[in-house]
Amino acid sequence: MSAGTGSVFSMRGNVLRHNLLTALLLGPATAWLVVFLVLPFVAITVFSVGERAPEGGYQAAFTLAQYANLPARATAFWNTMVLAPAGALACLLVAYPVAYYLALRAPQRWRLILLALVVIPFWTSLLMRTYAWMYVLGGRGIPALLAYVGIEDVRLINTPGAVLLGIVYGYLPLMILPIYVSLERLDRQLLEASADLGATPISTFLGVTLRLSLPGVMTGFSLVMILLLGEYLIPTLLGGGKVFFIGNALVDLFLQSRNWPFGSAIAITLVAVSVVVLLAANRISTRLSGARRVDLI
Amino acid sequence: MRAFVVAVFAFLYLPIALVVLFSFNAGHHASEFTGFSVQWYGKALANPFLVEALKNSLFIATTSALLAALCGTAAALGLARVGARTRAVFDALLGAAIVVPGVVIGISTLVALVQLFGVVNPFVASLWPNDQPPRLALGYGSIIAAHGLFSMALVAMIVGTRLGSLDRNLVEASSDLYATPLTTFRSIVLPQIMPAVIAGFLLAFTFSFDDFIVAFFVAGAQTTLPIYVFASIRRGVTPEINAIATIVLVASVLLVVLAQWQLRQRKPSH
Repeated sequence: MSAGTGSVFSMRGNVLRHNLLTALLLGPATAWLVVFLVLPFVAITVFSVGERAPEGGYQAAFTLAQYANLPARATAFWNTMVLAPAGALACLLVAYPVAYYLALRAPQRWRLILLALVVIPFWTSLLMRTYAWMYVLGGRGIPALLAYVGIEDVRLINTPGAVLLGIVYGYLPLMILPIYVSLERLDRQLLEASADLGATPISTFLGVTLRLSLPGVMTGFSLVMILLLGEYLIPTLLGGGKVFFIGNALVDLFLQSRNWPFGSAIAITLVAVSVVVLLAANRISTRLSGARRVDLI
Repeated sequence: MRAFVVAVFAFLYLPIALVVLFSFNAGHHASEFTGFSVQWYGKALANPFLVEALKNSLFIATTSALLAALCGTAAALGLARVGARTRAVFDALLGAAIVVPGVVIGISTLVALVQLFGVVNPFVASLWPNDQPPRLALGYGSIIAAHGLFSMALVAMIVGTRLGSLDRNLVEASSDLYATPLTTFRSIVLPQIMPAVIAGFLLAFTFSFDDFIVAFFVAGAQTTLPIYVFASIRRGVTPEINAIATIVLVASVLLVVLAQWQLRQRKPSH
């Protein structure tokens, strides 16, 4: 009898201990996520329906005036909404053949080394890599070389083209990786079967390879697109204040003109667009085939 | 196709190579290489503002990566013990911490902290016995916390993936042989997830050390290396920046190679 109650108590003790340990393990992460992710998001949501205080900052109110005012920054939205998809598309066009080569054509012993060479730039400073292009496109870089062979007055930096180039350069690794993963997992017997059944290499590519790698393409495209929506460094350094993005508008509104409510409304809009992009990409890739996890390293 | 791939690799590495090359230029100008010299490295390291920024960045990156490795690993272990619904909520939050653009993380943290300090500081001051109460302000703490958010999520993801491929048989065998849960954890689980923890730490360090945009918003009066470099770039391109860029690039490359190597170490063989 007493042994029975003892075991019930110890079982209850075990459950309690199990739950306590789980809580201890998850506690710090929960606190971090709540204080530095959830609360800040609530804060900018509240700010976005507020008003700008006369001296800058925030004044409590409930108005949609900030959202109605969004067209005031239409140029930033327009630039971002044109150059982000264009940049992601340009990335894709360059990335696909590289991923294809790495996954299906490269010699086995070179594969991992080449893949590492693709990943390494992604984890090095975007600021430094963008600076490298300022250097190459700037007055003393390619234009100086062109002048040397007689082509004068070429302007490369501070143009939309320079921004696009910087985007492709900065985000290419992030596009190659998911496409590589989906191509690498491709069942090669399908390719052989397609060829055995008399399909031309082109129709095998279109009907099998491209189709089965679309989830990777969608993952890469949406990741690059979302990061581009918040990009600040590339348009600032390579666009020279002529090509500004939403990121530039946010820096201006928060650090210079201190119109926090309007800036918050822009930030909320940015997050909303990102969510739509993610959901759309997710929808498309789950419809095409099972979604796949992509590790960033 | 091979030619295209070679061209893409050249595209990825040539600009970086150029920056490195000109960091050793004896002359001032980017257009001509007038001779080999390490004078710009000397100039960079003799610049007190730059050294200060570098020290700040090292301190912030180390602290945030350590905290992220601890909390992220704990979170991954905890998530292996909860139900599917709790797990889904955490996965969504951790995913958001990784995917939300840095610029949004930066401004929302700025807004929330300034608001919070606005409430806490007068309150503390009213309770403080003398007229020099401690004041919370943006600085090291806020940068470490904001960087740690992304890093912790990254560590939780990497360690979680490794936990998923953990050999369950070993864990069960260990408890069948009457090892306590703690012993099983120390001798079976920890050795298997350690490479992922170390890789997570190294990537977290690299992220924090390289980040500009988040720190730009929440740094307050502090300067990190990327913030300093950004400000100098806007004043003009000098070989001194090339020297700093080279140091930073070499350091990040070493750390990433180390992280990749750790992740490929002792991976479960099946």
